[in-house]
Amino acid sequence: MSVQTLLYIGGRLVKGAVVLLVIAVFNFFLIRAAPGDPAKVLAGEAGATDEIFLQQLREQFGLDEPLYYQLWVYISNLMQFDMGITYRQQMPVFDLIMERMPATLLLTGAAFLLSLSLGVLAGVIAAANHRKMMDSIITVAALIFYATPLFWLAMMASLFFSVYLGWLPSFGMQTVGVTLTGWEKVADIGMHLILPATTLGLFFTAVYARMTRTSMIETSRLDFVKTAKAKGMKPSRVTTHHILRNALLPVVTLAGLQAGQLIGGAVLTETVFAWPGIGRLMFEALLQRDYNLLLGVFFISSAMVVLFNLITDVIYCVVDPRIELSK
Amino acid sequence: MKPLLKVENLSIRLPKGGDREFAIRNVNYNLMPGELLCVVGESGSGKSMTANAIMGLLPKVIEVDTGAVIFDNYDLASLAEHKARELRGNRISMIFQEPMTALNPLMRVEDQISEVFLIHTKLSSKERHNRTLALLEDVGLPDPKKMLRAYPHQLSGGQRQRVMIAMALALEPSILIADEPTTALDVTTQAQILKLIKALQKKHNTAVMFITHDFGVVAEIADRVVVMEKGEMVELGSRDEVLNNPQHPYTKKLIAAVPPLVAPQREVKVHQAPPILHVKNLCKTYSTGGSWFSKARIVKAADDVSFELHRGETLGLVGESGSGKSTVSRCVVRLLESDSGQILLGDSEIQSLGSKELAPFRKRIQMVFQDPYASLNPRKTIGQIIADGPIAQGMSSKLAFEKAADLLELVELPKAAIDRYPHEFSGGQRQRIGIARALAHDPEVLVADEAISALDVSVQAQILDLIETLKKRLNLAVLFVVHDLRVAAQVCDRVIVMQKGKVVEVGETSQVFEAPAHEYTKSLIASIPGAHWRSGAVDVTPTLITEASA
Amino acid sequence: MNVFKSLSRNKVAMVGFGILFILVVIALFGPYLYDGTPWKMVQRPFIPPFENSSFPLGTDTLGRDVLAGLIYGARISLLVGLISTAIALLIGIPLGAYAGYYGGWVDEVLMRFTEIFQTVPSFALAVVLVAIFEPTVYSITGAIAIVSWPPVARLVRGEFLSLRNQEYVLAAKLNGQSNRNIILREILPNSLSPIIVLASLMVASAILLESSLSFLGLGDPEIMSWGYMIGAAKTVIRQAWWLSFIPGVAIAVTVLALNLLGEGLNEALNPKLSGNREN
Repeated sequence: MSVQTLLYIGGRLVKGAVVLLVIAVFNFFLIRAAPGDPAKVLAGEAGATDEIFLQQLREQFGLDEPLYYQLWVYISNLMQFDMGITYRQQMPVFDLIMERMPATLLLTGAAFLLSLSLGVLAGVIAAANHRKMMDSIITVAALIFYATPLFWLAMMASLFFSVYLGWLPSFGMQTVGVTLTGWEKVADIGMHLILPATTLGLFFTAVYARMTRTSMIETSRLDFVKTAKAKGMKPSRVTTHHILRNALLPVVTLAGLQAGQLIGGAVLTETVFAWPGIGRLMFEALLQRDYNLLLGVFFISSAMVVLFNLITDVIYCVVDPRIELSK
Repeated sequence: MKPLLKVENLSIRLPKGGDREFAIRNVNYNLMPGELLCVVGESGSGKSMTANAIMGLLPKVIEVDTGAVIFDNYDLASLAEHKARELRGNRISMIFQEPMTALNPLMRVEDQISEVFLIHTKLSSKERHNRTLALLEDVGLPDPKKMLRAYPHQLSGGQRQRVMIAMALALEPSILIADEPTTALDVTTQAQILKLIKALQKKHNTAVMFITHDFGVVAEIADRVVVMEKGEMVELGSRDEVLNNPQHPYTKKLIAAVPPLVAPQREVKVHQAPPILHVKNLCKTYSTGGSWFSKARIVKAADDVSFELHRGETLGLVGESGSGKSTVSRCVVRLLESDSGQILLGDSEIQSLGSKELAPFRKRIQMVFQDPYASLNPRKTIGQIIADGPIAQGMSSKLAFEKAADLLELVELPKAAIDRYPHEFSGGQRQRIGIARALAHDPEVLVADEAISALDVSVQAQILDLIETLKKRLNLAVLFVVHDLRVAAQVCDRVIVMQKGKVVEVGETSQVFEAPAHEYTKSLIASIPGAHWRSGAVDVTPTLITEASA
Repeated sequence: MNVFKSLSRNKVAMVGFGILFILVVIALFGPYLYDGTPWKMVQRPFIPPFENSSFPLGTDTLGRDVLAGLIYGARISLLVGLISTAIALLIGIPLGAYAGYYGGWVDEVLMRFTEIFQTVPSFALAVVLVAIFEPTVYSITGAIAIVSWPPVARLVRGEFLSLRNQEYVLAAKLNGQSNRNIILREILPNSLSPIIVLASLMVASAILLESSLSFLGLGDPEIMSWGYMIGAAKTVIRQAWWLSFIPGVAIAVTVLALNLLGEGLNEALNPKLSGNREN
């Protein structure tokens, strides 16, 4: 790995850290901005009645101290992964979030891969059949999925495939009441994963399909495609070797930027399917009015996006030779 | 000798809504083995259409209507697609105009060239590698081994075109079609590429169909010539016949519009008044990139440039791309901030003025831009475009519009144009509007930044005449930035030759062209295609065109 | 202008436009023409649609009129959609224009600022904002505007970056026109097309955002919205699936109509995309 690459990665890490710092400060002021006593806001609905807990919070967050001191306490706590305690579960917020994180990673990861592959495939097929029936079908389907609200689609899918047809489970990540191991466990989780991942991904499938289609059509009009044809190339090779790679660049860029949206969508999907991830945790925090937990989830999900962006940036540099890392 | 390619009565229909019914109509010509046939015409003449039809690369909405293209007992116009693919890149190859975009940006040079072998032959990968390397040497690319692994964006325009030529000639085709391959290149690069094509043609005995709009190129390399106008063939003959004894009025008009290379004799002006524009030691440096580990690239776009300009004279600023002539012209009008030096407009120094102090000087020096399609705001009426200058300088709206109407008359456009929008006018008309816009300020100095380069040859002459007339009438000082030496020879009293940011030669035009002093000037003049033709040896009077029809 | 002409030729876009027109009429006049109210409990719960002529779409879990809910919900969706988009444009356009026109450190600072907003998951941010500031129609509109302006700024910046070196802009500088004049009269009018297209798509996503927030229980408790209706029917989906189905269709149709209109505008304003290319 060249020195330039290392410097680049270092630079992006610093940038990411700054972003997280800004978000942390933002969270800090948001708590203060909520109506009412900050201690009660931090304690949540359940803890607001417990005087001992409130006193603990006041000490822990230095709520009686001047503002800049509170900020310092908040940030230094954060750097040690201390985000306070959630009253209802009697757990440190950070631990609770980390406990639920794998489920969300599984869900969003599956949705991402599914949507990208299905979307690109659909886009390529639509572009290849430009102005013919298949193109219209795919375009219309994409438009419809793009327009339907995510949570409603999830509910309808659950209703149809689970309640009506009974093919797939609609609740949770694993079957309740049985303990499974090994491949059986994987299969069980897999079955539970299908509906949530597909419905979460459908919106993005539509996005990628449309973008791929447009990109393929536009790329096929570029000069170097004419050069390729002038060499006597078969259309299939023109598509795979010349059009596809160039057309997919903007799609991949877009996919990288969608990470934040996926997490937002996960909140809705996990709520509908009772999937035990941090999205559902966010919903629970809303119900319990536990704003400390809410902001904790918010912060961690932002951190995930920052990390993801960094990874995609580096990958993109590898893929496109025109980008110089020193820039 | 049997013709290699016969185009017989070829007509190609345009889809409904086009500006004419046929792209090309009843086109008939042959291509003999080993000859170089030039197809000449202005934009929209249909010269590329035949080439596309031969290669089978017509866009889907355009089809061959009638006629045939006979090659080796096949009719290319109606040939089955899989058979046509066998011929493409193999027996008939094509190279295109824009080297920047004609190569796949994500594939290495080696892969793109050896792809031709992959498609048409059964050579092993090692054989393909060796053949590709040999091709790169053949086309004169420096450091061929390194070049193999390079990506297109790492190459210059001329180098990319050489790669295209290597790709096209890989399988030694019988026919090479070249669609304006040098139009986007510098004059010196163009000369090299033309030489290369001619040499390779002789070596492999390839027949070449060379499409161009530049008669100089025709004079330089053609064996025979076809002239096209609006889809019809108007003239066909050997090079000498067509160039020196054209029959058709359109051909005559086109040839007459090409300025001869010898500067007409002008009286050497003795200027009484001091220069209206005096540039001293102008410098502008760009630095790009640069970090702790790599040095920044420093480009001296303008390096200690000095010159004088008087009222009533036209000074040519000549050079290739990267010479710095555009930088200098933009610095002079303060569109670009120079790093150091002095710009004296009359008695006032304007290089160091802040934007507030500069405001009153703006009207004394104005610019006419290159691209007629980008220099007028598409959402403003012509009247608004012209009047906005004086209005910004404080004139009342009413007076400004009256002035706009007068100016339209001055540039020979109808007064009714004042309420129309730019898209309703042609390129030449738009350039007139651009001139009117500049003159609305009553400037003393007019900078023409490649003001005719984007126009068709026949229109260029009209605009040049207009500028000359206006110059005399208004006693303007004109700084003419131009890359086409023929134009410079005809229009400029004096010329400055620039290379890599430095002024390498200054002098009376006739002097510089007849006896250039600097090496670079010599090579520049020698690179002009068809330098021997229209060098003043043949007496051709430019056709007088009185209406501003363009 | 011939934009409307080419738009009217696009049948699909006209369908979208027609649907939106009907929606606006319903939103404006519905409450006066239709006799029902969304909040009052008028009949027994769970009447299916098409059974009772006084309640064409049935009643919900608490016996409220579903059709009335739809009509009032149209109001809030369109209102929130339009206003939040307008605010997002008011924030994003000047920011993008300044960043793109002036470049340099102005651009750097503004773009870093925009990037922070784009890094944060936008829906999560909206949830957090509405939760902390108590759900009202104002906080919802504001929150949606705050998460929606970054793409506007990016787009406008891109347009200004490419247009500021156009020759007619340079001519304007030579004329002595002020920067403000150039931004407003030379560049902005020529960058309107993509902004208009983006705006129509933004209204669509604002409506989706608002319904998602209402679904999670973060809607204004005094206002009946489509998202709320779906959320309220979540627990009874087995017995009365139509209570979730119908409002969802309303949302989908509205968003679809906006998207079709946006696509149509895009084609009408950028003729080169419609596939007519000269040689």
